[in-house]
Amino acid sequence: MKNRPFEGLNVLDFTWAGVGPLTVNYLGFYGATVIKLESQKRPDVMRTLAPFKDGIPNVERSYHFAYVQMGKRYSITLNLNHPKGIELAKRLISWADVVVESFATGAMEKVGLDYDHVKKIKPDIIMLRTCMHGHTGPLAKQHGHGFVLTGLSGLDGLTGWPDRPPAGLYGPFTDHVAPLFNAISLLAALDYRRRTGKGLYIDQSQHETVLHWVAPLILNWVVNHQEFHANGNRHAYAAPHGVYRCQGDDRWCAIAVLTDPEWTAFCNVIENPALAKDPKFAILLNRKRNEDELDKIVEEWTIKHTPEEVMGLMQSAGIAAGVAANGKDQAEDPQLKHYHFFNELEHPETGNLSFYHGPLFRLSKLPFELGRPPLLGENNDYVYTKLLGIPDEEFVQLMEEGVFD
Amino acid sequence: MITDNTEGLLSPYRILDLTNERGFLCGKLLGDLGADVIKIEKPGGEPARSIGPFYHGIPDPEKSLYWWAFNVNKRGITLDIETTDGREILKRLVKSADFVIESFDPGHMERLGLGFPELSQINPGIIMTSITGFGQTGPYKDYKASEVTLWSLSGEGYVTGDPDRAPLMPSFPIAYSFAATSAAVGALVALCHRSVTGEGQHVDAPAYLGLAWASGAEVQGLWSVDKTIVKRSGGAWLRPQTGTSSADVKYISLPLIYQCKDGNVRFMPFVEVGMLPSTMGLTNWVIEEGMASETLKKVEWRTWNWQTVSQETVDEITQSFSRFFIKHTKAELWEGAQKRGIQLYPLLTPSDMLEFEQLNIRNYWEEVEHPELNATITYPGAFVKMTEAPCRIRRRAPLIGEHNEEIYVKELGFSIKELLVLKQAKVI
Repeated sequence: MKNRPFEGLNVLDFTWAGVGPLTVNYLGFYGATVIKLESQKRPDVMRTLAPFKDGIPNVERSYHFAYVQMGKRYSITLNLNHPKGIELAKRLISWADVVVESFATGAMEKVGLDYDHVKKIKPDIIMLRTCMHGHTGPLAKQHGHGFVLTGLSGLDGLTGWPDRPPAGLYGPFTDHVAPLFNAISLLAALDYRRRTGKGLYIDQSQHETVLHWVAPLILNWVVNHQEFHANGNRHAYAAPHGVYRCQGDDRWCAIAVLTDPEWTAFCNVIENPALAKDPKFAILLNRKRNEDELDKIVEEWTIKHTPEEVMGLMQSAGIAAGVAANGKDQAEDPQLKHYHFFNELEHPETGNLSFYHGPLFRLSKLPFELGRPPLLGENNDYVYTKLLGIPDEEFVQLMEEGVFD
Repeated sequence: MITDNTEGLLSPYRILDLTNERGFLCGKLLGDLGADVIKIEKPGGEPARSIGPFYHGIPDPEKSLYWWAFNVNKRGITLDIETTDGREILKRLVKSADFVIESFDPGHMERLGLGFPELSQINPGIIMTSITGFGQTGPYKDYKASEVTLWSLSGEGYVTGDPDRAPLMPSFPIAYSFAATSAAVGALVALCHRSVTGEGQHVDAPAYLGLAWASGAEVQGLWSVDKTIVKRSGGAWLRPQTGTSSADVKYISLPLIYQCKDGNVRFMPFVEVGMLPSTMGLTNWVIEEGMASETLKKVEWRTWNWQTVSQETVDEITQSFSRFFIKHTKAELWEGAQKRGIQLYPLLTPSDMLEFEQLNIRNYWEEVEHPELNATITYPGAFVKMTEAPCRIRRRAPLIGEHNEEIYVKELGFSIKELLVLKQAKVI
């Protein structure tokens, strides 16, 4: 009896870049057989993005590619500009239970592999298509990526200092959000198919998805006609609240004092118990009124301590505080270690890299399984001759005809 | 009240939702897919109903927009699980439920005798999902986990914001949305696993893992492999240039956000596959309007190489972009970008979002009736579109104890008299 939920589940993965692969990972982590389809002429764009291991640009050496290809998968190359390439793609669709792709509208249509066609080949297929604007409407054909979706989703406008233009979020932040919604949809669809035998088509507009994280602020416009504003690190109804400079070069610690008892405890930690009763700060309303002055008092204390000391002292007193961790702090973080957040995997081109991740949750009875990022076309032989059963001679013939380019 | 009984993907399943503001979103997302989500609040109402903004700016537990947005598609009952009767009632509910979602501090459910081992004895198929800041175990598990703490400690803060100021967080909670959304993924993996093994399990979803993950390949890879620390660079991307060894890696600072006449826009001159037309489109537009530097006029994007270009060249190009953007409004830039196939995006505010044509044409927004206010209110709609079993809003967020009678009397079989006893004893 199988004991992993997706054992025997066949997934054909046309995705590239961030959101698509990060979606498919959730099936690969738990036993699915995933075939990642690329072409030699147009490999996954992530393979071409620096930084590369040892600084050497090469399709197998991108950190970005390694970071998103963590669920186990086979890599094949297939030339979809070749009629026999399309034939083979159709055979792979017959093999698959799930097809996932992440191009803008047009790419799959051009090769006749949109849902209507795919469904004819495999009536109970689950097909998930994800792109920035969804597959209908005037923007369907527009490419997208996480570096601009942070702007469209409002998250950039919410991240900044009141006296400056928005700083925006770091990196393609939404590329880490949209896959979770896709995974939810896919997993629910798999359960639905198990129960009803019916496949379905899922059309994700990443924009529509990500707006759910700021839904209360959208309602605030709808019913109150109020826009949102970035307000640095301040909290609407708590103080002190911020990220404060500590001892060391660019070292900082976040502190959030959220209740009256925490305020008293905070004043004790900074060895200034009198401050708790100082009329300027004793009540929240006054702390908010005099917040600039309060922040200076806090920083006069934090600057004399390392962020680790600040965090330790505050947390021991029951006050929320956290070092502003950099890459080194993350690598040494005991909580991340405890959760086996960083995993090392061997790779023939890059050696051991240590920043491979599993899912963002842990299951008490089901461990996840990682796979190293596949080399481009690494599994052509296995997939075409073993899984699809193409005779060796024909395989060689097709190769010579450029079908696997 | 909208009631729409069309089937959803998760229609057969029942969820008991014990979450506070950290975890509302999890049950909401599963409810969007049709699950029967019962929001269990303390008698008198969930304290997080005090979180604003509020309908018409009036602070009222029935008018919290935070509550509304994240509790649609749930029925609501009141129950104090800290009382003996309350715990017994919860256990009765667990018998017919598939999922329990909670976001208390780690250990709280165990202290009430409602930990996963106890619940799975009552119902071996139950899937318990726990949403926390740092997780159920480990050295930080009992740390106070406010948004800014998680944001900082995860690594997000250090790379967000301007280099001359403190690490920066968004002015709206994001950390727990990671936990609540991943919790829904974990719960559904557990559901698929249950269909194989027949057993439920415990899902541990810490916000910390999600945020640390989102800090990305550069932060983690550049330290662990190259011993380089990535720093915050404001609205700019430090694009790595590679050499013959990692010691040669240099960075090109590339603005991501530009000011325009009435706001801000995002644009990146990508030359990767499929992106050339966008970059060339903007270049031509800037040239046409006479605002291009000599460098921009002469640039050959087709042969452009991010690996070898100098910072000076990049600056001469992006300064032309800046001059051009500041002369135009968001609307002008967006309209022109559409015509010319340029991937340029305004930083949208909520009013822009409601008018965004693509969202309207796709019928994204849903009208939700609030009969008690005699109002119909526009909400963000389905997070995905599907050919079967639609993802949609079936009901607005529950009022305090709105479904007490429906669930306690009609479904659990309590008499009205017993309900009265439980109410007076503050169990319900």
